[in-house]
Amino acid sequence: MIRAQNVSKAYGEALVVDGVSLELPAHGITSIIGPNGAGKSTFLSMVSRLMPMSAGTVTVDGLDVTRTPSDVLARRLSILRQDNHIAARLTVADLVAFGRFPHSRGRLTVADKEHIDRAIGYLDLTDLAGRFLDELSGGQRQRAFVAMVLCQDTDYVLLDEPLNNLDMKHAMGMMKIMRRAADELGKTVVLVLHDINFASWYSDWIVAMKDGKVRHQGPASQIMRPEILADIYDMDIKVHEIGGRRVSVFYE
Amino acid sequence: MKLVLAILAVLLLAIASLFIGVSDVSLPTLLSSAPEDRPMQVLLISRVPRTLALILSGVAMAVAGVIMQMLARNRFVEPSTAGTVESASLGILVVTIFAPGLPLIGKMLVASLFALAGTALFMRILKEIPLRSVLMVPLVGIMLGGVISSGTAFFAYRYDLLQTLGNWTLGDFSGVLRGRYELLWLAAGLTGIAYIAADRFTVAGLGEDFTTNLGLDYRRVLTLGLSIVAMVTAVVVVTVGAIPFLGLIVPNLVAMAMGDNIRRSMPWIAVTGAGFVLACDIVGRIIRFPYEIPIGTVFGVVGSALFLYLLLRRNARLG
Repeated sequence: MIRAQNVSKAYGEALVVDGVSLELPAHGITSIIGPNGAGKSTFLSMVSRLMPMSAGTVTVDGLDVTRTPSDVLARRLSILRQDNHIAARLTVADLVAFGRFPHSRGRLTVADKEHIDRAIGYLDLTDLAGRFLDELSGGQRQRAFVAMVLCQDTDYVLLDEPLNNLDMKHAMGMMKIMRRAADELGKTVVLVLHDINFASWYSDWIVAMKDGKVRHQGPASQIMRPEILADIYDMDIKVHEIGGRRVSVFYE
Repeated sequence: MKLVLAILAVLLLAIASLFIGVSDVSLPTLLSSAPEDRPMQVLLISRVPRTLALILSGVAMAVAGVIMQMLARNRFVEPSTAGTVESASLGILVVTIFAPGLPLIGKMLVASLFALAGTALFMRILKEIPLRSVLMVPLVGIMLGGVISSGTAFFAYRYDLLQTLGNWTLGDFSGVLRGRYELLWLAAGLTGIAYIAADRFTVAGLGEDFTTNLGLDYRRVLTLGLSIVAMVTAVVVVTVGAIPFLGLIVPNLVAMAMGDNIRRSMPWIAVTGAGFVLACDIVGRIIRFPYEIPIGTVFGVVGSALFLYLLLRRNARLG
C-alpha cells in the first residue's frame, strides 16, 4: 500500500500540492484525474522520490521513500514521467533491457532476458526491437518507455499520462495491458489520466484532485457523476451509462 | 569479430608509427646492430614511448568524450567544448607559477582539480539555463573555455610563459620520450574504470528521472564521470597537450553505426580513437618530412572538417 501523509510541495508562496493525505490501495488500478495544474504529476513525482517534498511523508509498503535506499525502492516501485526526451541513441531492446538494471546491475541473466522478451511482446514492439529510439514515432517511443518500466517488474507501477501520443487503438491496448498487469500479475498500477472515460472504464479506484488537494475519491461509479465532475472541472459534464459502465460526454 | 580486425588495423598503424622518423630504424638495421647501438636505443627511448603515448591518449580522450556526451546529454560536448581542457591548462599554469618544483604527478593532480571545477561549472550552467537548441550547449562550453583561456593567457603573458602554455594547448607527441609519458597509463586505468561503470553512464544519458527510477544516485554517477573526464584530460594535457575534437568525432562516428549503449560501443570508441590519433600523427610526420606538424594542428584541420560534417548532417536530419 502507498500511504501519503500531509504531503505538500511549495514553490515560494505557491502551494502546488497542499497537504495531501491518501492511501492508495494495493492491487488494481488507481487513476488520478483532475484539471491542469491540480498537482497530479507533482504528487506522483514526490511519491516516487523523483522530487523532494516540502512537507509530509510517503511510505510504500511501510518504506519511507525519502530514506529507503534508491536501489531497494527501484525493485519495488517504478515510475515513468510524461514528456521524456532522450538524446541517447538506444535500440528499443537496449532500453527495455535497462529496466532490469535494479535487479541485475547490467549483467543480464536468462531470467532477465525472459522478462525483456515478455515486456517487448506485451507492448507489441517485437518488430521494432532492433530500431533506434530516434527512428520511432512518438507513440511507439511511448510504448517502448512503458515496456522498460514493465520490464522492471515492480509491485507498484506509476505512470504519468501513459496515453500521451497514443492513438485510440494503442491507448486502449495500453489500458488493457495495465488491466492484465493488475489482474494477472497482481500489480498495483497508479496512473495520471486526462481522459476520464478511460479512467472510468478501466480503474478500480479514482482520485480526483483540484488546486493541490484531493477533492474526491472512490470507485469509478461514485466519481463519474455529473455533480462531482462539475465540481472538479468547472464545466457541465453529462454522464451516461453504457454496458454497465459510466461514460461522460463533454463536447458542448 | 569485426572488432578484432579493427584492433589488427590499429596494430599495423602502430608498427608503421614505430618505423617512421628521421633516424634510420628498420628491421635490417635493428638486426645488424647491437642492442646498445643507436637504432635500438632510438626505438626504445623515443619510438616505442611515442607510439604508446599516441594509443593511450587516443583511447583515453575518445572515452572521456563519450562520457561527457552522456552526462551532458548532448552529442557535441567533449573536454575541449566544455571548458575542461582550458581549466586544466589554467591549473598547470598556476602550478608552474606558484610551485614549479612539483613533480609531474602533482601538477597533474592540480590540473585535475581545476579541470573538475571548470567542468562542474559548465554542468551547473547547463542545469541553470535550460538551452532549447542542442547546438547552444557546446557553444556555451566553448565560450566558457574562451573566458578561462583568456585569463590563462593573460597570466602566462605576465609571467613570460606563453610558449610553455602553447605546449599544453596544442597536442604534440614529438617530445615524448621514455620517462615522460608513463603518466598516460593512469589515463588508461581510468578508462578501465569507465568501462566497468559503462552501464551507469548509459543510464545517466537517459536523464535524471530514469536514473533515479532505476535506483542509481544521479549525482554520484555524475561525480564519478566528471572525475574520470577531468583526470584523463589533465593527464593528457600535462603529458602531450590537448587534442581538440577527438572526443567529439570518434564517439559520434561510432554512435552513428552502433548507437549509444556504451557497454557495447566503448571498445569501438577506444579502438577508433587510438587508430585516429596514430593516423593523424603519421600524417603530421610525413607531410613535411623531415620536419613535423604537431598532431594538434593536423587534428584541428581534420577534426573541424568532420565536426562541420556532423553538424550539417544533424541539421539535415532534424529539418
